[in-house]
Amino acid sequence: MTEPFIEFRGVSFAYNDRPILKDLSFRVERGQLVAIMGGSGSGKTTLLRLISGQVRPQQGQVLVDGRDLARMSHAELYEHRRRMGFLFQFGALFTDLTVGENVAFPLKEHTDLPPRLIDDLVTLKLNAVGLRGTEKLMPSELSGGMARRVALARAIALDPALMLYDEPFTGLDPISLGVIAHLIKKLNDALGTTAVMVTHDVHKSLDIVDYVFFVAQGKIIAEGTPAEVRASDSPWLRQFVDGAPEGPVHFAYPAPTSLAADLGLEAGHA
Amino acid sequence: MKRTTIDLWVGVFVALGIAAVVFLSLKVANLVPASAEQTYPLVAEFDNIGGLKAKAPVKSAGVVVGRVAAIELDAQSYRAKVTLQIDKQFQFSRDVSAEILTSGLLGEQYIGLTQGGDPDNLAAGGRITLTSSAVVLEQLIGKFMTSFAEKGDGKPAAAQ
Amino acid sequence: MLDTLLAPLRHLGHLSVNAVWRLGFASRFLLAILRFSGQSLARFQLTIREVYFAGVLSLIIIVVSGLFVGMVLGLQGYNTLSRFGSADALGALVALSLLRELGPVLAALLFASRAGSAMTAEIGLMKATEQLEAMNVMAVNPIARVVAPRFWAGVISMPVLAAIFNVMGIFGGYLVGVVMIGLDDGTFWSQMQNAVDLHSDVVNGLIKSLVFGVAVTLIAVFEGYDATPTAAGVSGATTRTVVTSALVILALDFVLTAFMF
Repeated sequence: MTEPFIEFRGVSFAYNDRPILKDLSFRVERGQLVAIMGGSGSGKTTLLRLISGQVRPQQGQVLVDGRDLARMSHAELYEHRRRMGFLFQFGALFTDLTVGENVAFPLKEHTDLPPRLIDDLVTLKLNAVGLRGTEKLMPSELSGGMARRVALARAIALDPALMLYDEPFTGLDPISLGVIAHLIKKLNDALGTTAVMVTHDVHKSLDIVDYVFFVAQGKIIAEGTPAEVRASDSPWLRQFVDGAPEGPVHFAYPAPTSLAADLGLEAGHA
Repeated sequence: MKRTTIDLWVGVFVALGIAAVVFLSLKVANLVPASAEQTYPLVAEFDNIGGLKAKAPVKSAGVVVGRVAAIELDAQSYRAKVTLQIDKQFQFSRDVSAEILTSGLLGEQYIGLTQGGDPDNLAAGGRITLTSSAVVLEQLIGKFMTSFAEKGDGKPAAAQ
Repeated sequence: MLDTLLAPLRHLGHLSVNAVWRLGFASRFLLAILRFSGQSLARFQLTIREVYFAGVLSLIIIVVSGLFVGMVLGLQGYNTLSRFGSADALGALVALSLLRELGPVLAALLFASRAGSAMTAEIGLMKATEQLEAMNVMAVNPIARVVAPRFWAGVISMPVLAAIFNVMGIFGGYLVGVVMIGLDDGTFWSQMQNAVDLHSDVVNGLIKSLVFGVAVTLIAVFEGYDATPTAAGVSGATTRTVVTSALVILALDFVLTAFMF
């Protein structure tokens, strides 16, 4: 087995007193496209924020390329982020810059390339996501799917060694969704990037990824290749893949009091 | 493209600001004498300076020739020592006299210089010996009342 | 029972602790801005862009307000001064009130409501739409890239706007006093020039506006950066910028006046 690109070793994380991840361990191999799936609030996004170094675990280690993120200085952490692309859930384009300036942003901030070359690179990156010719538009003039693609072009501007996708399929129509999924797969194959994608869109993800982790209640409860997941008869996986409301995962929030008590129907209240 | 227009506007903005400051300095505040190279100091001692303040004008025949630079109390004589900065183009003779005057009845106080007849002029840092103090209104009224009372006392005494 | 009595007290205590907390955070924020100012001032283009939004776009409101304030001063000043037979001193009155107090204070209040609120809303929205976070993830420090240029733009713009406000105000006073009422042109200016001192009036007024510029812009960028990243949070932060700026300007004005004049 080769050395993993990303490794979680017994990671625990909590926001204040609310535990999000509990003693989580997994590995992602170099060059793989991996999906992390789970219901809302299962700590998927926190997982990405741990990899990008935006938050630090209370226990355990997050290693990227063999280095512990928690031990990095501010400058080293920024160095790590320069080699990383992050696609935000809603794109997070800079609304005061044009599309072209948005894509050029990482290039201008981190390189001393001449403006002509930057313009050419921007054209190439936009061409890669099929949006060449939109350089002069403002982000407010784009549809949701186009904005997501511009954000993708911006994320890959510095040819990152690691791509992180936060819910890349949320809120897109089926065609945009297909285009984004196709782009993610294509970029991964073309650039040889290691990629981690957080999503709850099971069917689309299974089509493109190499490996899947399922997260629930802060733990990894299942993993496997897409073929293994589809063939699995674990009740948990079946519920998730088929989208049934009841099963091992409870749809309702675990309220401390019963519904009857909340409505004042219990004996003694009336 | 877009940047040059912004640069242009910011340039106009800053130029307007500089023009405003220049206008305020030259037209609103008179940025004329004050600089030490064009003035020379003179010293005058007064028994009482009344309400004279630093930067008050020094006038000769009603024309401003300088300003009061500093006012301090002489620790030996207990008189007020006033330093004047006079414009270099005006020279005063050694027997020039200085008095503290008031513009109008209740206006600001200033120093009036009256040129003397001595052919020798005062050098820089020279002392004006002929000085008369400020007229303090309360003292003036006090004096008036006293002399009025004395006259009132005198008359019946003479009649008796 | 006791609880209902104590609740307001507890609320008050909570508010005070929160205020002190924010004051500490704001101070640390100012230090961070100063620390990262070097790299952002090295790319001065960023600051120039913000001077355009904060300064140039505030010009119209500053020019028009300055003109009207000067005209009102001219009218009111003339009415009062002419009762004492000293209408000649109108120029001095207009210039001194503007240079010492009204210019710096009113320009700062207008700047806070025009440019300060816009800065807060912009930074707050950038935070709410994850733009600041995105920058951070792209290894670009948002304080250096977003906050520091806006801060310096405000600090540069404020004295310029105050100086323009003063000139417009004096021009307004001149319009009313000389052109409308018919005071003597020469007396107006010479009385003004006699009364106004370059250092103690003009320079001190500009120092005041510089201090106000630092205060207003710091409040504006801080409120934006500290805003709760929701629509309600950003609108609350924008309101707080205007209210806090107004109070801070007036309080600082008292302190500065006590020191200067």
